[in-house]
Amino acid sequence: MKLIISNVSGVPIYEQIKQQVKAAILSGELKEDEALPSLRTLAKDLKISVLTVTRAYTELEQEGFVKNVQGRGCFVMDRGSELMREQLICKVENGLTDAIKAARIANLPSEELHRLLDILLEANTDD
Amino acid sequence: MTNYLEVKNLSKSFDSFQLHNISFTLPKGYIMGLIGPNGSGKTTTIKLILNMLGRNGGEIKIMGLDNIADEQKAKAELGVVFDTNYFSDDWQVTQVEKSISVFYPNWKSERFAEMLRKFHIAPTKKVKELSKGMQMKLMLACAFSYDAKLLILDEPTSGLDPVSRDELLQILSEYIEDGEHSVLFSTHITGDLERAADYITYISYGELFFSGSKDEFVDLFRIVKGGTEELSADLKEKAVGVRTFPTGFEALVKTEDTVAFSSLSIEPATIDEIVVFTSKKGDDYE
Repeated sequence: MKLIISNVSGVPIYEQIKQQVKAAILSGELKEDEALPSLRTLAKDLKISVLTVTRAYTELEQEGFVKNVQGRGCFVMDRGSELMREQLICKVENGLTDAIKAARIANLPSEELHRLLDILLEANTDD
Repeated sequence: MTNYLEVKNLSKSFDSFQLHNISFTLPKGYIMGLIGPNGSGKTTTIKLILNMLGRNGGEIKIMGLDNIADEQKAKAELGVVFDTNYFSDDWQVTQVEKSISVFYPNWKSERFAEMLRKFHIAPTKKVKELSKGMQMKLMLACAFSYDAKLLILDEPTSGLDPVSRDELLQILSEYIEDGEHSVLFSTHITGDLERAADYITYISYGELFFSGSKDEFVDLFRIVKGGTEELSADLKEKAVGVRTFPTGFEALVKTEDTVAFSSLSIEPATIDEIVVFTSKKGDDYE
């Protein structure tokens, strides 16, 4: 798994680790029951604080993506990728709800809203 | 969690300087940075831990042992690296081993030889022929040869080039990787070491300003920036430190106070910025 820490992004380092681990789980690069890099080794390799990696791993565990087995390491949960999909779908729903609310205020008809979504979808596939 | 170093209510008075009630603990397996401006009491604190100065009050425990009553036992577990080396200049590296090893029952000659190879130190060289970075590595090689559990470094990075600083950082993170070793180092803070420290103890003018995890410390403050006319009286009052210049201002503000200024640019603060702003005690300068 690739883990890269940016010093200029302004995103806290523990958050960067979390995001990249989540992305690896979702893409299937990290499989069920696969071990994350050892906490202290990762801290050494990335030259960051052990506590920072601990925080990233603890939060991933609290969110249900990995489980910590005392003395053995951190492993990807069976439902890790499923959970992530659910979370993302939830995010999509929230975003769309916001869009609908804004459309109501702007008096935008539903067909227009659908059309807008189609255009945006198309525009994004070009990237 | 086992603590490798416990400092409680440590006090020391000199004629012109006082160290007041310094308390902090360093758990096993972590790195702590001791920071503060020059003359704030970092070296005094380290000297008190090493019993090189007599304390006026408080308590210091190294791996559970009192640093004075059990000094011999405690120091057998302790490795020390100073800004300048404490060996005789004319000693060859082999003589350094001969002279130092007798004090440590756990000394392993093979380990010392291995460390010299790893650090590329020629055993026949004299101490004075080694560069500053090499001398530091020699001190580390000694500490690793008797498997010191706690490493104390006083300003280890001052006078080192970026390559040696990076090597030191690498050595320290390898040292704590197994979770059985801890490091306390004092420094004027440079970005690379800022990343590796787990805990920060910040001493300012003899007083303890903060001791805790580094992330917590960095999260305490934000930098607020804006144009000169945006510097309200409310912001001035809440700011820990302000720097004004003809085109605007920069202020260090407690994170919880930033809500009121959400229209301005708010950025995370670096440890350097926190130290600079908090030690100026809010004085403006141009």
